[in-house]
Amino acid sequence: MPEEIKAGCARPTGGPVGEKPVEAPPVLAGERKEAQVMIKVGAKAPDFTAPAYFKGTFVQVKLSDYLGKWVVLCFYPGDFTFV
Amino acid sequence: MSVDSVFVHKMWNDHELSRMVDGGVPFPMLSDGGGRVGSVYGVYDPDAGVEMRGRFIIDPDGVIQGYEVLTPPVGRNVGETIRQIQAFQHVRASKGTEATPSGWRPGKLTLKPGPGLVGKVWEVWKPSMESEENP
Repeated sequence: MPEEIKAGCARPTGGPVGEKPVEAPPVLAGERKEAQVMIKVGAKAPDFTAPAYFKGTFVQVKLSDYLGKWVVLCFYPGDFTFV
Repeated sequence: MSVDSVFVHKMWNDHELSRMVDGGVPFPMLSDGGGRVGSVYGVYDPDAGVEMRGRFIIDPDGVIQGYEVLTPPVGRNVGETIRQIQAFQHVRASKGTEATPSGWRPGKLTLKPGPGLVGKVWEVWKPSMESEENP
């Protein structure tokens, strides 16, 4: 279901889609922006698109294309980071 | 998903991961340049410029049923993730009438919460059953 994308010199990008997440209250000048908000269990998973490498091709993946299936979404610090 | 480009994902798969897993990584390796998606999920560390080891279980309705976030040096337990998905699937199939006690595995005892079970869980379940179920 993900669409193939052409590999060009521009680095492909993605990002959140749909409704904008609730903005944090404005931070006073000089005050450090602290503590990003963790999303809640039982809440809708924020939809996004992201370019991906998948079995020899570059594709564009959209989370909402996987509705109807169980999804495990894993983040990690970086490629080649050992564990 | 990490902040690396899809090109680096390909190199990591081709040069290392495909030597651990036959056929290479069987699922899409997502790229999140700038940590925009990770920020929304609360796992992007802007100081380090990378994402923490976050794992989210999302059900067929697109609802987050569980997550776990670890600092970089400790790896996850895939078996535990699968156990949790099996438990969420069981609860979903029961339309919320059953609950799975700690350490539950498919085929093991579930609980049917209701007025009659209040204060009576000890009669049907003990912590030792968890270790028996997870040798």
